[in-house]
Amino acid sequence: MSARVADLPLLVAEGLSKDYGARIGCRDVSLKIFPGEVLAVVGESGSGKSTLLGLLSTELAPDAGRVRYRLRDGRLADLAGLGAAEKRLLMRTDWGFVRQNAADGLRMTVSAGGNVGERLMAVGWRNYARIRAEATDWLGRVEIAADRIDDDPRAFSGGMRQRLQIARNLVTRPRLVFMDEPTGGLDVSVQARLLDLIRSLVAELGLAVVIVTHDLAVARLLSHRMVVMRHGRVIETGLTDQVLDDPREPYTQLLVSSVLAA
Amino acid sequence: MSAPQVGSMPDISYNFAYLDEQTKRMIRRAILKAIAIPGYQVPFAAREMPMPYGWGTGGVQVTAAVLGPDDVLKVIDQGADDTTNAVAIRGFFEKTAKVATTTSTTEASIIQTRHRIPETRLRDDQILVYQVPIPEPLRFLEPRETETRQLHALSEYGLMHVKLYEDIARHGHIATTYAYPVEVAGRYVMDPSPIPKFDNPKMDDCPALQLFGAGREKRIYAIPPHTTVRSLDFEDHPFRVQRFARPCALCGATGVYLDEVLLDDRGGRMFVCSDTDYCTTRQEEGHRGEMSPPARDAQEDAA
Repeated sequence: MSARVADLPLLVAEGLSKDYGARIGCRDVSLKIFPGEVLAVVGESGSGKSTLLGLLSTELAPDAGRVRYRLRDGRLADLAGLGAAEKRLLMRTDWGFVRQNAADGLRMTVSAGGNVGERLMAVGWRNYARIRAEATDWLGRVEIAADRIDDDPRAFSGGMRQRLQIARNLVTRPRLVFMDEPTGGLDVSVQARLLDLIRSLVAELGLAVVIVTHDLAVARLLSHRMVVMRHGRVIETGLTDQVLDDPREPYTQLLVSSVLAA
Repeated sequence: MSAPQVGSMPDISYNFAYLDEQTKRMIRRAILKAIAIPGYQVPFAAREMPMPYGWGTGGVQVTAAVLGPDDVLKVIDQGADDTTNAVAIRGFFEKTAKVATTTSTTEASIIQTRHRIPETRLRDDQILVYQVPIPEPLRFLEPRETETRQLHALSEYGLMHVKLYEDIARHGHIATTYAYPVEVAGRYVMDPSPIPKFDNPKMDDCPALQLFGAGREKRIYAIPPHTTVRSLDFEDHPFRVQRFARPCALCGATGVYLDEVLLDDRGGRMFVCSDTDYCTTRQEEGHRGEMSPPARDAQEDAA
């Protein structure tokens, strides 16, 4: 990553806070994401990981703080100041969102090819043959057989659905992808293949990724940097290997020591 | 409000065209807004009508709001003037508005329709009122109304092409044959109600005002006269209308929309104009098809 240190941050979050009534969602979180970098957000259930992801991706509005994003023209824009149309364009071209439950991220009644092609059609592609060729290419990249292109995702296994979700998000070549527990609920061998796939695509496309996970093994495999959350606050941050091999905070030590050795 | 005219038998009187004046004003406001924003679905406070939803409550309310005492009303259902729905609605306005009714497309000033646009080209002094069951073209792709309104507001219509993509993927061609989505005046995507896509080109640059009323869904939308209406398609799968292999069996017309009529249980069938007025007029003009009855003098000769 040393070559990228000088790069300008892609996304800058400052003092993000969000409460749900009296309950804390996320408190005073600041972080930067650089191009091509994978940032893992770890912590136990209820620690505010998903809230943070929602705030970063503007799906949730913060009570305090702001998120700025470097647009393709190099401008660092406050996302709260973008119009609805600009924000949605950003979401379907420059960003991706891979959800834990594939049914939330896919159109379950639309064929695999249609799912992948939707973003292309949304940005103005109007040639069926080209859309289909691009969809076929992307299904191949995520290891879905070409003859499944007209099947709808209801006929797919959990792992295939996640891979399809990834293809659907990456087809417009985004620069930043949010992933919320992408391997949750999958058995370990399927998880391993999915992680391999994500890792190779991230490297190949130079994606920046914010991945939320409670699985430290996933964080170790995929991420360059790591943020540990507890009770809505960031309690430790650092390079992944550093945090996992030499955790400083007692809670992180507990988290790391709780991982079962296979 | 006009003085009630007490009829002889049932001792009931109606306000002109059934609806009260305030309701008609409310509907006219919605219609004006709809005309100002072509293709945009304007919400309106649809009333209960003395007929079930799905029988044209939206169209009837729009007709009631635009109808004047001098208007001549035609009602068609599937192109025909003599089907239950058409006869009932015509009777409804004969009774409640005492307006003249007709089955002739050229004589009518207001035409309420379900499922068809007449074959005869409409004029600029005519209004075509459509009965719409589901006004939202994105409904079956995106069930959330909050989301579809956003999509319309931002003219994000990629989803509409997903539907057409699915058609081609499954059937090899765009298999949507009715309620085929159109883009109105280069802006809003609109469901043209369940007319066959054969009729879509007739909406483009039409001299008549086209009004759409959806009673259950409480929406009104419009295409002002001479508005560009484009059917959505792909570059390599362009929009095409249905074609028929043979002319109408009764009037010999070609290039019109035909109904298939089964004649017996041994595969006998005929294809006739779906627009009954058009077909009758042509037959009166002496046009004949392959299954036309023998000419009168020939019949008399045989007798």
